[in-house]
Amino acid sequence: MAADPALKMTRKEFVSDQDVRWCPGCGDYSILANVQRVMPELGVPRENVVFVSGIGCSSRFPYYMNTYGFHTIHGRAPAFATGIKASRPELSVWIVTGDGDGLSIGGNHLLHTIRRNINTQILLFNNQIYGLTKGQYSPTSKVGIKTKSTPQGSIDHPVDPIAFAIGCGATFIARTIDVDAKHMQNILKRAHEHKGTAFVEILQNCPVFNDGIWEDVQDRKSRAKASLVLEHGQPLVYGPAENRQGIVFKDGIPSVIDLAEDDDPIERGVVVHDEHPEASSYAGVLATLQRPDFPLPVGVFRAVEKPTYEAMLQDQVDSATAERGVGDLSALLHSGDTWRI
Amino acid sequence: MTAKNPDGIPSSQNPVSQQPGNSKPAEQLEGIAIRFAGDSGDGMQLTGTRFSDETALAGNDLSTFPDFPAEIRAPAGTMAGVSGFQIHFSSIDIHTPADQPDVLIAFNPAALRANVDDVRPMGMVIVNIDSFNQKSLTRAGYGDDPLPELRERFQVVEVPFTTLNRAALQGLDLSQREIDRCKNFFALGVLCWLYGRPMDATERWLGGKFKGDVLEGNIRTLRAGHAFGETTEIFPASFVIPAAKIAPGTYRNITGNQALAWGIVAAGVQMERNVFLGAYPITPASDVLHEVARYRHFGVKTFQAEDEMAAVSSTIGAAFAGQLAVTVSSGPGFVLKQEALGLAVMVELPLVAINVQRAGPSTGSPTKTEQGDLLAVLFGRHSESPIPIIAPCTPGDCFHAALEAFRMAVKYMTPVIVLSDGYLANSSEPWLIPEVDSLARNPVKHAHPADIGEFQPYARDPETLARPWAIPGTKGLEHRIGGLTKEDKTGNVIYDADNHGKMNALRKAKIEGIAKDYAPIEIDGPPEGEILVIGWGGTLGAITAAVESVREEGLSVSRIHLRHLNPFPSDLGDILGRFEKVLLPELSDGHLALLLRAKYLVDVRSLTKTEGQPFKIAELTEAIHELHASEN
Repeated sequence: MAADPALKMTRKEFVSDQDVRWCPGCGDYSILANVQRVMPELGVPRENVVFVSGIGCSSRFPYYMNTYGFHTIHGRAPAFATGIKASRPELSVWIVTGDGDGLSIGGNHLLHTIRRNINTQILLFNNQIYGLTKGQYSPTSKVGIKTKSTPQGSIDHPVDPIAFAIGCGATFIARTIDVDAKHMQNILKRAHEHKGTAFVEILQNCPVFNDGIWEDVQDRKSRAKASLVLEHGQPLVYGPAENRQGIVFKDGIPSVIDLAEDDDPIERGVVVHDEHPEASSYAGVLATLQRPDFPLPVGVFRAVEKPTYEAMLQDQVDSATAERGVGDLSALLHSGDTWRI
Repeated sequence: MTAKNPDGIPSSQNPVSQQPGNSKPAEQLEGIAIRFAGDSGDGMQLTGTRFSDETALAGNDLSTFPDFPAEIRAPAGTMAGVSGFQIHFSSIDIHTPADQPDVLIAFNPAALRANVDDVRPMGMVIVNIDSFNQKSLTRAGYGDDPLPELRERFQVVEVPFTTLNRAALQGLDLSQREIDRCKNFFALGVLCWLYGRPMDATERWLGGKFKGDVLEGNIRTLRAGHAFGETTEIFPASFVIPAAKIAPGTYRNITGNQALAWGIVAAGVQMERNVFLGAYPITPASDVLHEVARYRHFGVKTFQAEDEMAAVSSTIGAAFAGQLAVTVSSGPGFVLKQEALGLAVMVELPLVAINVQRAGPSTGSPTKTEQGDLLAVLFGRHSESPIPIIAPCTPGDCFHAALEAFRMAVKYMTPVIVLSDGYLANSSEPWLIPEVDSLARNPVKHAHPADIGEFQPYARDPETLARPWAIPGTKGLEHRIGGLTKEDKTGNVIYDADNHGKMNALRKAKIEGIAKDYAPIEIDGPPEGEILVIGWGGTLGAITAAVESVREEGLSVSRIHLRHLNPFPSDLGDILGRFEKVLLPELSDGHLALLLRAKYLVDVRSLTKTEGQPFKIAELTEAIHELHASEN
């Protein structure tokens, strides 16, 4: 990734000269600010960074980053990014998508990019609504949501982005919140460090068409109780200090227990978070934790190592070249049976 | 057309020589067309391909036409499962696989029934008589044994291929099924004897493909077939087709798909950039992906995508990253790429998109040929979205078309479409191997900050109107592109009406300017006169043969073949105006005819055919005669 720790860069260098055109109060502003803030710390020169997006509000993102950028077509950003990364593994390739772009029209590309483990960062902004087309329900919208296209309420069962990524065999899966700058910056750094596809769901508020869906996890007061911060090696404990609760698994089924102030959660059987199990079943159970019965987990669900697609592809080029020598066009054209006249 | 002896079949009269290792007399023929036909599992394509390679090595001009069903293995013995391979070879220059085979080898009654009516009257029909039982006759739809009736019309030769092959392979450690699978090589041996083909290349090929008793079995039955031809009384003589007098040089056999693949690899070498091919499997284009995937040591990366949209999108991504990018598909897949190609037009990135056309609409007949995608590739994207189109005209020409497409794409910063077809894809011909030194070298130069002052992603080269190809990794040229309307020069997103129109006009002018690079159209025949026949793509052979044929009958007919279908050559309108009558044969409902009539206001007569089959020469000569006889 041509990371250079000595490289001194500033946030400003990553801000393009284009006016940002999201609605006032949109969660995308905060995500953009955090990405621009993290970029200088990654040690990758601006010219080696590429942002690729599809279509939707989130997909305007590349215009605002002073790096290389490609605003492509609806749902296909992962496929464009695959062509970039497979042919130029040294570039740092970031995919910006949304719940409609990534999980509806682009679901197939998301699936295959993740399963190939192409070393890119996928940032999926989830606001559970179509914003740019003015407010139709999305594949992550809850059953019953009333929108312009569902005046009697949605009858679609939603897909959970984290569970989807687990099903695709993602090697890095995380969830963060648009307004939690510190948490998001940490997750972005972790995603960048990961060798392979890093899938990050960012809970994002749409103040115009779906305002407040993440309010309980966004709000500083309610956040402690509504969300569960995942930290490797730490027990699954959440809630205010005076009213802590923990997650225990009984026969593989999660449930909540109350913890007294002097309880040792681990002794009480609270599960200790582990990002690295080879099997994805544990992360799969975490993905089922949904409000109101459970807190919503945020943080890194899973981080495991697997060879990346572009590295294996480059290995094939290198080994073929080592075995057969650099291709000779004349020898190719004369290979097999030929005759002279 | 190849002249034959009067009854149209090889006969044992006029023996001229004896072939080496052959005790029977041999008769000289100018050329002959043979069709192999059997079940999909009988190995007809392989037998035909091997015979073609031996024929090429014997120095004949040749043209082949594989014609097979879409089903991999339809139920044995049914009409649906019949697979055929026709080869026409000659001591003179030929252009097509021939309208009618002189010889048919039918491995079962279904193959006979599906093909025998195509055979030249009194031609030779060799049947595997072992397969003629009541069950297989019924399965083929024959009520009674057809052979008595066919003996009136053809020279029917009955050979017990199955029995002879089994006898030849006695004692080998092979199952009955494995033994029977070798019988096509027995037939190949017979044919090699009959037409004096060497068998060394086939034995070498078998050695590279099989080992142990399977190898032994195939070689043994091949040789047994040859010996059978020599000893049996069924064939009183063999035939000699002398080598053709063609331009000196080194030749090989090549199919259109192989030539496209090699053209893609060659582009990487000649333009000094790595190649990226993104594709999704589809008949009849997949062989291009298969072939290119073998050449990683040329720095070539192939990517089998999850679908057609990902195939083209990854290709555009690779183009953005600075690669020589190409995607390949056939009609049903190509239409899925159209939205992304519209983006490629908008962002003005160079890439090559190949459509190996097949018979449609919808899934249609996947293994059959057609030219019905011209209007779709030209106009199938929404709004104003011009893309240049190059149509190769022979299997070997596919190599040069691929190279030209890459050069054009990079020079003008545009996607370029190559329009091949199923006939070119699978047919083979002897190909004069080009000297690598004779191929243009066009090393790619990406934009560099030192060469430009203030960088503007949509500033244009004054001559070509191409924008700079600035690629990620280049410090100082960071920029953003996308599908939204671009401001002239800066590339910023803008909704200004005048600018929108201006950008459309600029892109149009850029593509139209490509015609400046074309060589003048070559007119075969007088530059003006009564009749001009125009063709494009894979119909070249049939049209050339037909025009030569009517000229022999005294008509004055001129011929041009269009390689560039967008933009049209600038001298085309003038040429059209110099002829009284213009005939345009197309394997479609007349796509190019529609375009020429609209653009040049010329009364182009359209000869159309949408049967999934190439033109027969006779269909074209008839149309030319009719046109000649018509009032105006």
